[in-house]
Amino acid sequence: MVAEKLFISGNDAVAMGARLARPQVISAYPITPQTIVVERLSEMVEDGSLKAEFMHVESEHSAISAAMGASAIGARAFTATSSQGLLYMAEGLYYAAGGRFPIVMMNANRSLALPWSIYGDQSDSLSQLNSGWIQVYVEDAQEVLDMVIQAYRIAENPAVLTPFMVNLDGFILTHTYEPVSIPDQAKVDEFLPPFSTPNKMSFEKPMSMGMVTTPMDNLEYKFQQNKAILDSVPVIEEVDAEYAKMFGRKYGGLVEQYRCDEAEVLLVTLGSVTGTARVVVDQMRNEGKPVGLLKVRYMRPFPTELVATVCSKARRVGIVDKDISFGYEGTLFTNVNSALTTLENPPRTFNFICGMGGRDVSKENIREMFSRILEDSSSKLPDRVQFVGMKVSTDERK
Amino acid sequence: MSVSEIKRVNVKNMPDEEYFYGHKACPGCGASLAVRLALKVIGEKSYSVLPAGCMAAVGFIYPQMAFRTNAMISTFPGTASLLSGIAVGAKALGIEDFYAVGFAGDGGTADIGIQALSGSIDRNDRIIYICYDNEAYMNTGIQKSGLTPFGTRTTTTPAGRNLPGAITHKKNLFEIIAAHGIEYAAVASIGYPVDFMNKVNRAKHCRGTSFIHVYASCPTGWGIPENTSIAIAKEAVDCGLWILAEYEKGEFTITRKPKTFSPVADYLNKQGRFRHLEDEQVEEITKHRDETWDRVLKTWKLKST
Repeated sequence: MVAEKLFISGNDAVAMGARLARPQVISAYPITPQTIVVERLSEMVEDGSLKAEFMHVESEHSAISAAMGASAIGARAFTATSSQGLLYMAEGLYYAAGGRFPIVMMNANRSLALPWSIYGDQSDSLSQLNSGWIQVYVEDAQEVLDMVIQAYRIAENPAVLTPFMVNLDGFILTHTYEPVSIPDQAKVDEFLPPFSTPNKMSFEKPMSMGMVTTPMDNLEYKFQQNKAILDSVPVIEEVDAEYAKMFGRKYGGLVEQYRCDEAEVLLVTLGSVTGTARVVVDQMRNEGKPVGLLKVRYMRPFPTELVATVCSKARRVGIVDKDISFGYEGTLFTNVNSALTTLENPPRTFNFICGMGGRDVSKENIREMFSRILEDSSSKLPDRVQFVGMKVSTDERK
Repeated sequence: MSVSEIKRVNVKNMPDEEYFYGHKACPGCGASLAVRLALKVIGEKSYSVLPAGCMAAVGFIYPQMAFRTNAMISTFPGTASLLSGIAVGAKALGIEDFYAVGFAGDGGTADIGIQALSGSIDRNDRIIYICYDNEAYMNTGIQKSGLTPFGTRTTTTPAGRNLPGAITHKKNLFEIIAAHGIEYAAVASIGYPVDFMNKVNRAKHCRGTSFIHVYASCPTGWGIPENTSIAIAKEAVDCGLWILAEYEKGEFTITRKPKTFSPVADYLNKQGRFRHLEDEQVEEITKHRDETWDRVLKTWKLKST
């Protein structure tokens, strides 16, 4: 049987992926550009095509809190948010991770105020890297649908039991229509069995959950939480392989390499900008330029070894960040650089800050990044951290 | 089941089972008594939710767990939302015989938790929310909350030459909750434990959201001897400062009206937190009491006994 193919938006793909994963409780609060996900899921519950309870919570804080409540008695829970909403639920993010509740959440990557902006960048989710959630970043609508389904398999694995955040770029992905292949429900059911967890309250086995600890016990809790995310690495790879076997799409696990062989200069990307970068890599390869692309899919667990291995063969590496830790550098840059400290002779790295607040990152911008670090003369190399696509010159020497 | 068919709890038929013991609450703690009595009525088919606060601190420090039933600590603002998630999750899983009950303090309810609570009532989720009111943030060391009465000395409303302690009256929590059109709400006191337990029992029979506001004395925070905890909780009712009441189907009912009020000054003078008050402030408190009673007697029903 040929899989059904529909022309839908990224948000539609999230909702359809969620329906295929059969969540039992959905608690969500609307926020641009995630809103359509909430609308679609409500429609699916209303028309009976999704057998779930839809909770109209009054805030994102309650959205995550209610999702924890449902998960704490063994119900599969789904929520979705973006930007300010993600920050409003920040307390609950840490709480859900510490409680080991395998909730799956879609986050539409969007800028953070001030200044207010409804448009995309990745400042929101990257600010929550320490919250204890697994974080994946997707490149298109098909990947987001597939990842919502995979997310439950990974999060609910008994060795993992960790909440899972699926990130897609606001508007660029949430509102763009693409052809998406919709898996067959029966096959998804086979791939993703009903949720079953030992970590729940029941009348047969009453349980106290959400402990208070003294300094005597706290460190061991945190050790286990860290270990669970590290232990998700082989699970992520197995699930990717099994998904490929059943549905014909493979994403490569923690990272995807694109024309990295014999590449002297690499760009490292996260999310939708990868698609633009692929086109530029193809063009520049045709021109004989030794360029390649490393798409980081998972920020947590971070692919330390893979990043180091792939980058070790390059002379220079540019890291593309749609965020900045003010007074410092982009977060992807910090993480990649840390991975490279495992190498004896690490390549030189540069950070390109771009796409903030929805500023378009064009093919020309990507080409400019490559060109700047392809430079033979090291005196002409750019600053370590630089903004790309600015309207004004920031070079005070000019 | 109609309300009149609900079997009343009394001293003789009160369940012997205990579900909350071995905790580290201070001697005379009214809140821990409220939790203990409520769980006796609610029973073992329950999920208790408690936010960060006194009851979490005294009953939930790993590995010394004080709940025999299912229990979980929520985020501070998230008592009601976590309860709602449990109740809706239970519905989704086809669990019908259950009670989701929350125990949150005055600050956790009237201040930081009121948004989530409002949401739960709006959705009419099947939860029982019990606010134990000890009239300040006690777990953090006696700071003013939205339910701290006028004239209370707390660590953030010091009484001195310029201020008499707290300068505002308590937020009107009961009527704020009732204004949602909630299925059932009540005001109780640990000084009248059988009345409290019957109100919990009434809440237990609700299909939607129910709320109980229970006065819970705090010897540590109030500066009273621990063996006077129950007596002061009775006196609060008897002097008219704490009105036992119910709200159901759009109607308010006073469930206990003292024939004559005992002197407010006596109630205040027994407590370290009020001992600094001048006559003028005692008069202000008495005036506020009288105005409140004048108002409620006009529109609230009196329970026939």
